[in-house]
Amino acid sequence: MRIALFITCVNDLAFPATGIAVTRILRRLGHTVDFPADQTCCGQMHANTGYRAEAMPMVRNYVDVFDSYDAIVVPSGSCTAMIRDQYPRLHPPATSVAARTYELSELLVDVLGVTDVGAEFPETVTYHPTCHGLRMLRLGDRPLTLLRQVRGIKLVELGDAEECCGFGGTFALKNPDVSTAMLTDKCARVRDTGARVLAAADNSCLAHIGGGLDRHRSGVRAVHYAEILAETGATS
Amino acid sequence: MSHPVAPATGSGRIRTPLPFPTAAKPAVADTQLRANLHRATRTIRAKRARVVDEVPDWEALRDAGSAIKADVQRRLPELLEQFEASATAAGATVHWARDAAEACRIVVALTRAAGADEVVKVKSMATQEIELNEALEAAGIAAYETDLAELIVQLGEDTPSHILVPAIHYNRAQIREIFQRRMSDAPADLSDEPAALAEAARVHLRRRFLSARVAVSGANFAVADTGTLVVVESEGNGRMCLTLPETLISVVGVEKLLPTFTDLEVFLQLLPRSSTGERMNPYTSMWTGVTPGDGPQDVHVVLVDNGRSAVLADPVGRPALSCIRCSACLNVCPVYERAGGHAYGSVYPGPIGAILSPQLTGVADNASLPYASTLCGACYDVCPVKINIPEILVHLRQQAPHPPAERATMRVLSWVMRSPRRWAVALRLARAGAGPLGAYRERRTGARTLRRLPWPASAWTRSRDLPLPAPQTFREWWGKQ
Ligand code: SF4
Repeated sequence: MRIALFITCVNDLAFPATGIAVTRILRRLGHTVDFPADQTCCGQMHANTGYRAEAMPMVRNYVDVFDSYDAIVVPSGSCTAMIRDQYPRLHPPATSVAARTYELSELLVDVLGVTDVGAEFPETVTYHPTCHGLRMLRLGDRPLTLLRQVRGIKLVELGDAEECCGFGGTFALKNPDVSTAMLTDKCARVRDTGARVLAAADNSCLAHIGGGLDRHRSGVRAVHYAEILAETGATS
Repeated sequence: MSHPVAPATGSGRIRTPLPFPTAAKPAVADTQLRANLHRATRTIRAKRARVVDEVPDWEALRDAGSAIKADVQRRLPELLEQFEASATAAGATVHWARDAAEACRIVVALTRAAGADEVVKVKSMATQEIELNEALEAAGIAAYETDLAELIVQLGEDTPSHILVPAIHYNRAQIREIFQRRMSDAPADLSDEPAALAEAARVHLRRRFLSARVAVSGANFAVADTGTLVVVESEGNGRMCLTLPETLISVVGVEKLLPTFTDLEVFLQLLPRSSTGERMNPYTSMWTGVTPGDGPQDVHVVLVDNGRSAVLADPVGRPALSCIRCSACLNVCPVYERAGGHAYGSVYPGPIGAILSPQLTGVADNASLPYASTLCGACYDVCPVKINIPEILVHLRQQAPHPPAERATMRVLSWVMRSPRRWAVALRLARAGAGPLGAYRERRTGARTLRRLPWPASAWTRSRDLPLPAPQTFREWWGKQ
């Protein structure tokens, strides 16, 4: 099976560790991963802010770059949702490649049939199911199924887990007061858990929540769950 | 008579006087309001979830509700004419109003013709939308709200902040205070127990019911094949208005139509569970024209367009007309919970307001509302008629006028990101530019984040640190392997 990694623009620039983690996990499981260098961005920010025409070149570029792969893995729930949910409507030729695009936990659990990726991570972790993963992709508890198999991990439940953190892409900038109010509540729930690590499937939401946690000097680290799955305890 | 030619946009209380972020600011800062909303929305949303879980065929019911409403939208002119014919045959008089002003003129004229200088009102969104109370007052006619929550809002000289619980922004102590200040016949020792407050209102309203000669209502549903109007309520005050006065004037949005009487079977299951979390609402009143010797003998129906035809003309936005005003989307919306209903500047707050108001007025007149959402999708999940609110929000954002600076930024970003070569260069530049800064911050604080940035990035750094680009991009890491 030819698997390609779509890193997403935000991860490429600010969170390369997540992409490195995805590569390590898949290689450890015996798969080769391709990284087509011509990829750029899924166009979600443009489309969701009201700039469909400006998003279209990116939609077409995605089809050109990824159409020849059997599976495309994306370490971002919201970008996967953009591709799977919006692409077919925006650009019908994208329908087939959109259907072969998977968020990491979908690829591992549904396509590769793996739940134990051989990770070890001796920390207390809480998990926030981000909105697009939760309601558009219906990831369900796939990421948690994977995390539960990690050796040494202690998973603690997050209160009001399914409530939006207030990021919402440009919402955080256009409605800073409401966004901050939502963030404050989310950070309080995270701190209530006593966990030292907050995991999620979306680095954008994590940058927002993690930025709030850092601002309050909470000592909680926000990481993409792929980075936990990549840990083996052997090297650190 | 045929369905009138509609204007492009509606009027009345459906426009935001201030942009949403500005209007939300004081609400977010009001801790009492935040606490009231937090408690109320959580209670009602938990109750809703419980009773919805009891219904094994809930998803099938949602599909049925959605399909019936889509059918109504496909053949609205035909169904309206059928409704007019059935209602007229049953003894009602049907009037057509293109916009808010026309609807108000009709109601004022009918009230005057009945020789009345006061009306009692059943809670109704449509009459709030057309600002009927203000029009009646201007004509020297007093309008008395009879729904408990509406009465509170009216006495407090406030506007409703929720579709179903218009006074949701008040707690018991605040309500007691309003009653003591504004209700002349409130007992001096009124407590803030809900039962005591309800009793005070009951005594106060009784007098009005018995003296009023004209009642004004809305309707939850209007059935085309029988000409029947339906009002669903919890207090019974509506039923008093619908049966005691001689003249009944019902103001109904044209989208409230249902093709057949049996369609009610679907909606009378969906509505109470979605709205109040009840298995069945306490009072469902139905009336079809005039019944000699029983109830109002002079019955009028004012069918209001007020921008609805314009919504109907947009196939993507049209499902907003399926809304049965259950308020489930408000109660789950994290934005509504923090901003409160008044921030939406319209009688329709929350997620449904964010898609309905801009469509009724034209998006340019309500341009901030489609952005009053994180697109989290909680509203779509609970909507009993499956309105894909996030999809319509994104659709309306395409039509909203964009701020020039934002438009310029988006265009440049698109130009960079559409070309893999330009994107690779941009990544390298961004990483390199942030490199020294990041290294400095890391040495100083151990974190690769920024704490304070100038405008416009200050919107971000006001409440959260901003991560800096990593020392190497992913593609650089990949290239080195
Ligand atoms: S949009 Fe749906 S959930 Fe919201 S009030 Fe209307 S029917 Fe209820």
